Amino acid sequence: MIYGADVSIVLVTIAILFVLTYYKKWGWLWREWLTTVDHKKIGIMYLIAAILMLFRGGVDALLMRTQLIQPNMHFLKAQHYNEIFTTHGTLMILFMAMPFIFAVFNVAVPLQIGARDVAFPYLNAISFWLFFFAAMLLNLSFVIGGSPDAGWMSYPPLSDLPFDMGPGENYYILALQITGIGSIATGINFFVTILKMRAPGMTLMRLPLFCWSVLGACILIIVAFPALTAALALLLIDRIAGGHFFTMLAGGNPMMYINLFWVWGHPEVYIVVLPAFGVFSEVVATFSRKRIFGYTSMVASIMVITVISYLVWAHHFFTMGAGPGVNSFFAVASMIIAIPTGVKVFTWLFTMYAGRVRVPAPMLWTLGFIPNFAIGGATGVMLAAAPADYQYHNSYFLIAHFHQVLIGGTVYGMIAGMYYWWPKMFGHRLNERLAKHAFWWFNIGFYVCFMPQYFLGYMGMTRRIFTYSPGMGWATWNLISSIGAYMMGIGFILIAADIIYSAFYGERDTTGDIWDGRTLEWSLPSPAPHYNFAVIPQVNDRDAWWESKQQRLEGKEVTALQYKSPLRPIHMPKSSGRPFVLSVCFFVAGFGLVFNWYILGILGFLGVGLCLILRSFEFDTDYYIPIDEVQHTEKAYGRLLHGEQ
Amino acid sequence: MRFLRFLPSSKIALVLIPFLLSGCGEQYLLFNTAGPVAKIERNLILTTFVLTAIVVIPVIALMFYIIRRFRDEPNNSAPYRPEWSQSHKLEFFVWGIPVLIICVLGILTVRDTFRLVRPTTSMNGAPLTIQVTSLDWKWLFQYPDQKIATVNYCEIPTNRPVRFILTSDAPMNSFWVPQLGGQEYTMPGMAMRLWLQADKPGNYFGSGANFSGREYAHMKFNVVAKPESDFQQWIKQTKSTAPALTMDGYKNLVQQSVVDKQTYSSFPPGVFEQNIKSEGGMYMKHELKEATD
Ligand code: HEM
Ligand SMILES: [Cu+2]
Ligand SMILES: [Cu+2]
Repeated sequence: MIYGADVSIVLVTIAILFVLTYYKKWGWLWREWLTTVDHKKIGIMYLIAAILMLFRGGVDALLMRTQLIQPNMHFLKAQHYNEIFTTHGTLMILFMAMPFIFAVFNVAVPLQIGARDVAFPYLNAISFWLFFFAAMLLNLSFVIGGSPDAGWMSYPPLSDLPFDMGPGENYYILALQITGIGSIATGINFFVTILKMRAPGMTLMRLPLFCWSVLGACILIIVAFPALTAALALLLIDRIAGGHFFTMLAGGNPMMYINLFWVWGHPEVYIVVLPAFGVFSEVVATFSRKRIFGYTSMVASIMVITVISYLVWAHHFFTMGAGPGVNSFFAVASMIIAIPTGVKVFTWLFTMYAGRVRVPAPMLWTLGFIPNFAIGGATGVMLAAAPADYQYHNSYFLIAHFHQVLIGGTVYGMIAGMYYWWPKMFGHRLNERLAKHAFWWFNIGFYVCFMPQYFLGYMGMTRRIFTYSPGMGWATWNLISSIGAYMMGIGFILIAADIIYSAFYGERDTTGDIWDGRTLEWSLPSPAPHYNFAVIPQVNDRDAWWESKQQRLEGKEVTALQYKSPLRPIHMPKSSGRPFVLSVCFFVAGFGLVFNWYILGILGFLGVGLCLILRSFEFDTDYYIPIDEVQHTEKAYGRLLHGEQ
Repeated sequence: MRFLRFLPSSKIALVLIPFLLSGCGEQYLLFNTAGPVAKIERNLILTTFVLTAIVVIPVIALMFYIIRRFRDEPNNSAPYRPEWSQSHKLEFFVWGIPVLIICVLGILTVRDTFRLVRPTTSMNGAPLTIQVTSLDWKWLFQYPDQKIATVNYCEIPTNRPVRFILTSDAPMNSFWVPQLGGQEYTMPGMAMRLWLQADKPGNYFGSGANFSGREYAHMKFNVVAKPESDFQQWIKQTKSTAPALTMDGYKNLVQQSVVDKQTYSSFPPGVFEQNIKSEGGMYMKHELKEATD
């Protein structure tokens, strides 16, 4: 099967190269995409990469579920199974969920706050390419050398020498390390963007809730990722330089790794779910045609979650010998998170209350999310009760819980966001009929797949076993669970089919405001011109765009959203190929270190250094779009501007 | 009424959960408890389930009600108030109810957390001590007082607290016997403690719960609980009939392999403590002393 995969990878690569050459698209690809610093295009590339990784991770999942259909199956070997669940977990969290949220960050944040780009466009491109080549590095492990096999948490001593000699673990460490640099940069980038680049008049309490959630996620990225960086760096030293940071020998301690890992790991789950909360808030308000209920409560709950989620990491190892005092602290702290989470769910419900609820695809995924999250949050609280967790820990109950919140929260949220902003990205909408089918296959499949896993937990089934014997009563639930997984697979294929179908036949959006939206991005044409706003808007209210529409309806002069200033030349950053080259160098360095080929590693790092030095001597990094060109573009969109009427 | 299509999946779930939680079916090991520790944990599990259900069920019901009542249909007579976005009364409940529930849960959790650190019933006579070592990919049980050892199963007397002292001579693992009570990690160079007790005779399923390499799935064992007299009988018989575990035999066990149940009439003295020390326990003298005596 591995050979099959290898062959298909090679074939797909050749096909892509052929198509690009045949249609003479190389120049286009380089100019328009590989060198772009436009946040909208970077968002689209993140999105494509995330969907591809969702596919790869999904195939992993189906392979595992197939192996578990029956007791004593001989479909995958133990080693193979271990590699698959390790790459599955790693890919899904770091190379699917993270780029997916970054995709919506990039697509929506600058448009929602009335900005022309992110604070550091060049850095944004670097972040993307670092993620992209890190993902390639991890995927390469499947083809060359062998995949990591110590679990996505890679606890030492199992992940340390001599229990794990192969290059797989090195791939894991280096890929995470490289993408981690990109993630920290993105966190800083959007943190600054939201705080510094808001349109005049947009106070923090007028900030769309999605941006608030991104702000929370960015704070968590900035404080949490360095812990992962440190943990991985020390583990790498253990592995390639014979250190003993994480073995008890020579005075090290694996608990140190476990603490560092979860100091990152727990906030990480909130990093990926907070933006989903943000998407739901936007979607619920838009499709209920109503102001969000309890905006202040929402902001407060986001911030409370941001702070508390940083203080609960030890609930991932209640059973590692901490005293009752420590366990009590972390148990209660974890439960407290359920309070703001519960508040959010109620707030979404009250937003729909006394509204006018439409249910197109984005809303469908949002509504599907609510029961999921109610249940997933409840099982989270059940897990947080430390003595109960002595029974749940490492069992299928845990697996069911975190898939319920990660899929039911993050993935549903990102898919909702994808449907919601798709017209804004591509100028056409996705097909509703296909979207509905996709949703129902996925959603019902989800319950069929994961509900049985709670019961398997109660039956004593532990996670990460590649086989089990008959007589435990686990077989029926496992079979049902696998069927659910296939149903979700069908749902995914329908989404992919929708994307392809709609590219050709999807309803075009000529208004720019296809959902009757509330926030600034809907005041722009779809897709937005590359400078976003011809004139930076003046904001006088929350839901600025909705208010201006209301005023227009009432025949008043539109004051909510005024173009105060006349057209001026627009200052934009220049495209650059260097982020791409820099990331290739990182890839080369990482690849060298994976196999302990230090010369290659050093060459790669020299390349990185050279890129940085060249950048620091570069002064000609921006340009102005002349007024004529802006006017021309705006006319083509059929938009008259205040300044030139 | 397209929205009704939401119902099947979540309804099935809602109907099934309480049904299964009622503990029918002895394969639900967590509910089919056989000792006081597991009972405390089960009761906490049930309490948390009920208390969280107080929020979950109304939320889901409310959602269906609201979607139905406020659908965007031309002849919908429900009120439409696009600007209504604040109600201090509602927000008081929105924060208040979760806060209340979490307070109750928090108190119960803390109480039980402290309860499980010590043996849960008063001891008549000394507790039984069993030293457990997770190996690649098997479990070694040593009885320091009886001086016998077993692999992949252990026997315990009923109605007597058992003090398991856990370590590992391989990657870390986790020792879990669901019907007797929760799990605890085994870590090289450390000694961890877990109190369990069986109230009724039986053959209880146990397994390693933390992934530890290729054949981890085969790390299963049984805990056989029998009345004190039968247990003494078993000790006597083991001492007289089983072979001895030599140092070479131990080194052999440490190698990666999957093996069957084994019984030994003796083991090299101090091999458990020695293993902890040589795996790094020498850097944690204080912890080692506390955990092993
Ligand atoms: C409502 C609040 C929540 C509480 C109280 C909670 C509680 C917990 C606890 C106590 C654990 C550890 C269980 C164990 O290892 O034995 C856990 C595991 C986990 N939770 Fe949650 N959780 C909550 C929400 C979430 C959310 C929102 C996400 C993700 C978006 C999430 C993702 C995870 C993951 C991925 C794991 C397992 C990680 C692993 O061991 O591989 N949880 N949760
Ligand atoms: Cu956590
Ligand atoms: Cu420890």
